[in-house]
Formats: sequence, structure tokens, C-alpha cells
Amino acid sequence: MTGKTITEKILSEKSGADATAGDYVEATVDAMVTHDVTGPLTIDVFEDVTGDDAALAAPENVVFTLDHHAPADGVQAANNHNIVREFAAEYGANQYEISDGICHQVMIEEGFVEPGDLVIGADSHSTTYGGLGALGTGVGSTDLGTAFATGELWFRVPETIRFEVEGDLPDGVYAKDLILRFIGDVGFDGATYKTAEYGGSAIRDLPIHQRLVLSNMAIEMGGKAGIVEPDERTATYLEEQAGLEVGVDPDLAADDDASYEAVYTYEGADLAPQVSKPSNPENAVDVGETTGTDIDQVFVGTCTNGRYEDIRVVADVLTGERVAPNTRLIVVPASRAVYQRCLETGVLEALVDAGATFQSAGCGPCFGTHQGALGDGDVALATANRNFPGREGSMESRVYLGSPATAAATALYGEITDPREIDTTRYDDHAVSDVGVVR
Amino acid sequence: MSVDGTGRAWVFGDDIDTDQITPSRFLVSSDPDELGEHAFNDLRPEFADGVEPGDFVVAGENFGSGSSREHAPLSLVGAGVAGVVAQSFARIFFRNAINLGLPVLICPGVGEIDDGTEISIDVDEGFVYDHDEEIRYDAEPLPPFLQDLVDQGGLKPYTRRKLESAD
Ligand code: SF4
Repeated sequence: MTGKTITEKILSEKSGADATAGDYVEATVDAMVTHDVTGPLTIDVFEDVTGDDAALAAPENVVFTLDHHAPADGVQAANNHNIVREFAAEYGANQYEISDGICHQVMIEEGFVEPGDLVIGADSHSTTYGGLGALGTGVGSTDLGTAFATGELWFRVPETIRFEVEGDLPDGVYAKDLILRFIGDVGFDGATYKTAEYGGSAIRDLPIHQRLVLSNMAIEMGGKAGIVEPDERTATYLEEQAGLEVGVDPDLAADDDASYEAVYTYEGADLAPQVSKPSNPENAVDVGETTGTDIDQVFVGTCTNGRYEDIRVVADVLTGERVAPNTRLIVVPASRAVYQRCLETGVLEALVDAGATFQSAGCGPCFGTHQGALGDGDVALATANRNFPGREGSMESRVYLGSPATAAATALYGEITDPREIDTTRYDDHAVSDVGVVR
Repeated sequence: MSVDGTGRAWVFGDDIDTDQITPSRFLVSSDPDELGEHAFNDLRPEFADGVEPGDFVVAGENFGSGSSREHAPLSLVGAGVAGVVAQSFARIFFRNAINLGLPVLICPGVGEIDDGTEISIDVDEGFVYDHDEEIRYDAEPLPPFLQDLVDQGGLKPYTRRKLESAD
């Protein structure tokens, strides 16, 4: 008998079946999340299937956030917020308010996700939870609305592609650079229907906030999930961030003889900071191929790179400096807790002094309909996950994707800049996060 | 030969994405009939008027890629399409189709079928039969679990039954 991948282990555990890639299982879901855009549709499906004696199977595991249009930017958005508020109150579900943060960050900070959990969300970046060793995946509204009622959902057990990175990452190279490189190599649909499993010594050395980046963007290669083996760091992070005591389950790791559809291996030392050119995340190149490109707007935030450590990297570079004259810098913390830490540690002050616009927590301009949208002809660099035409506003705008360090260097000079040109002690986020959490 | 249905094949190529099935300007509605009136609106404007209940959509590789909009399979249900046969499907379209009770078959070679040909499909046995050329294309049969889901009309009726039996 061959060994199992983490995905197969989690789906076996949650379905009570001996799950192998290609099987179909019905599995019990540990947590479910939806937000102000997909929430109302999900509520419709739930009410349609349950009828008169409607009840959530496990209200304590159902989470609603208001993050995409928060604060409401129009009447339709405000009405959708009210639909969510009323439903959550009536059925006893967890509901978070505007400025509490982006769904995926709130789920993690509030302790809804543990290693080995199966988590579904009506949002494609629900893959983020894989950074904690959980199986997180995005689903449709019929899926989520019925799972509200039963606590279960059907899954096809996905095959797994493994990405191995060995050795030390050079200064200026982060998880964001790794995932952009992976997507560039595998292609935008290269992992469709599959789990991306990330391993190797460079991945094990990553602090948790960076592992979350790898998992978050698994969907940008079509992945159903993206998972990093949980370890001591995961346990420490969850204890400090969410007050959870989870311990380390040695069984929650891929077996040595697990079977993979493909294995990609990298030497950390060979990697340079990456930038994905407009208008597809798979257009990843070494930053050197884009340096000198004039940038109108730099956006730091999102469920990919809007955590405290990301924003702190930017503040460290910009402390005592000014954002370049013809460039706007918009910073949007991923959650209220991130905002508060920026406030307490002087990060917010440093950024505002440098000329940044600092917004309340949420998705911000990530999907182009809220504050900070791009106009015709604007060229932007964002720490976000997608750069399709029109994603951050006008169909005539162009978006480059990069790490927070690249964003910081770019904001300082007004053109895409290699972060390695800046004194590395200013943003050594590996060092400050050695135990998982920056104080 | 026991078949689930016989109808005309509307044949499409590779990589038909959800934008081509349901252009985003029609997403304001979630009513299947209304969506059905705009199925393949830009790609094949004659589709919505010409399709007869019981006809099939036949496609090449990666049918239904792009956004996760459930409106795309819903528009085919609304148009009266009895099933979609493709060489391969994008993940979320396949999942949404099954959830909505729309039969889908993964069937190598069907891209060869001529547009307008009369075909039959048998979901249980897993094949497509081209009556003009007298060729049978074998499909990957749906796993019993998914077959059951489709037979029960999709995930909503399936869930209702599950909730009732739990009472
Ligand atoms: S930050 Fe962007 S990608 Fe993340 S949930 Fe919000 S809109 Fe989606």
C-alpha cells in the first residue's frame, strides 16, 4: 500500500473513508466562511433547501465577514451587509463587522482554523488555510448553502503536485517571490483540480505569515488547495495569534512514499525577487526585467500580503523617507488586529509621515470596485494575487504583482525597483519573525 | 441499447470559458430561463433560439474554465440542454453542473463529432453514440456517488432528502 499525501489524510479523516486521489467522498466540514459578495447568494440556497424548519448544522462553525465593500460604498452593498447581519443574528452564526478584516485573516486570527481541519469558503482564496496545515478550498454558493444545512460536502480527492525548495533564501526573496515563480513555471491552470504541497528546508524555515502567502495563491495556478506541513512554528503562531493550543500531530505530514503527480525542486540560493507582469500572475520574471517601469500607484494589502509583517517591511524602508512625488501609496491592513499593531508599533505613523494613504481594514482596491481603484492608463504595483485586465479598476490600467519589499522599494523611487538595492537590515522579516510572531 | 436521451449535438471547441457561456453583463439575473435566453450569446448567437429541449452541448478540452459563476451551467439548464459532453472540464464548472443536476460526461474524442449530428448519451454505461457516423465514444463513467447526485436532480434535492431522512 502506498503512503498518503496530507490531502488524502485529511479527507480520509473527515469522511471516515480510506481516501485516495480520484475518489469521491462526503466529508464533515470544520468551518465555513462567506462574505458580503457571496453571502447573500449562499443564504438564498440555504433557505431554499431548508424551508420552514431551517437551522444551521453547526452555527458556531459558520462565519460571515463584511470585507469586500466595507465600509459600504453604495446602497446595494449596504443592503447586502444588512442581509448578512440579519441572517447571522437570526441563525446564531458568527458575524464580523466592517473593518474587522478580510475573511481569510479573520478566520485565522479568531481561531476558526486548526491544522488538519477541512475548511470551505465561498471565496476562491480559501486555500490560504493550507499555510496552517489545514485543507482549505473555495466552493460555489450551492455547495456552501447546502453545507450550512448539513455540515457536510462532497469532494473529489485531488492529486498532489509537490514543490520543494531547499537551502536559504537570499535577502530580498520572500514566499511571495517563490509562489510567483511556481505559478510562472506551472502555468495559470497547471495545478487545476490538484493540491499544491510545499516542502523542503526553505519552506520549513518560513515564518507562518509567509507560508500563508504560498497557500493563498495556490488558486492562481488552478489549485484546489495549497498545503504546508504544520509544525512547531504553526503551533506557536496559533497560540500567540489565536490563543489556540493545538500541539503538533506527527501524523499530519505526507508519508515518504506518498505519490505525487509531479515534483518541482528549487535551490533557494538561485532565486531572485519576482514580479508578475500584466495581466496574468503566470507572467513571473526576475525583478530585473521590469526595473525602471514607472508606477503610478503602489498598493500594499490583501489576503495575500496585508499582514503586520508585510506592512512593517514597507514602513521600515520608508521611515524618514517620502513616497516618490508622482506615485501614490495605498496601504490596507488585512484586519483590525493588524491595524492596531501598526498603530501601537509606530508603523502607521511612519507610513503616514512618508505620504501613504492608510485605509481601514478590508479588501481595499484588490478587486477594483472599492476605494483606490485605478483609472485609464494607470500602472500599478500591488502585493495582491491577481492582475487580470481591469482587476483593480479600469480595463485600460496595468498591474504588476510583487512582494512587500519590492513594493516598498518601488514606492520610494516611483519605478519598479529591486529590493536588494536597499540596505537589507531595513526589512529582514525572516529574522524578526523567527518564532512566528513579530512583537 | 438503453440511452438517457437522443438529441442534436451543438459542438464547441477547446477552452470555452464561462464568459463565453454566460457573458458577464447577463449575471444580474439568476433565473435559469432568463439566463438560458443568453447562453452562448456572443459566441453563437443562433444557439438560444435554435436549441431544442433534449439537445446536447459537445466540446473539446477544458470546457467551462474561468470564473466560478454558477450562472454558466444554470443557463444551459434553462436553455433545455440535456447534458454536456466534453473531452475535459474545468473544475468548478464540472462541480457546479453536478450540483445543479446537469449531466456531464468526460469523453475522449468527442471533439470529432460534427455539429448538428444526432447523438445519444448513456450516463450509466458511460458512452456517446454518433448516429450519423455510427461511432460509439466511451466515456469515463461517473462515479456512483456523482451519478446518484445527478439522478436525484442535483445537490439541492439531494440535501433536502438527506435532511428529511435525518429527522
Ligand atoms: S483581498 Fe482580494 S483576493 Fe483577498 S478576499 Fe479580498 S478581494 Fe478576494
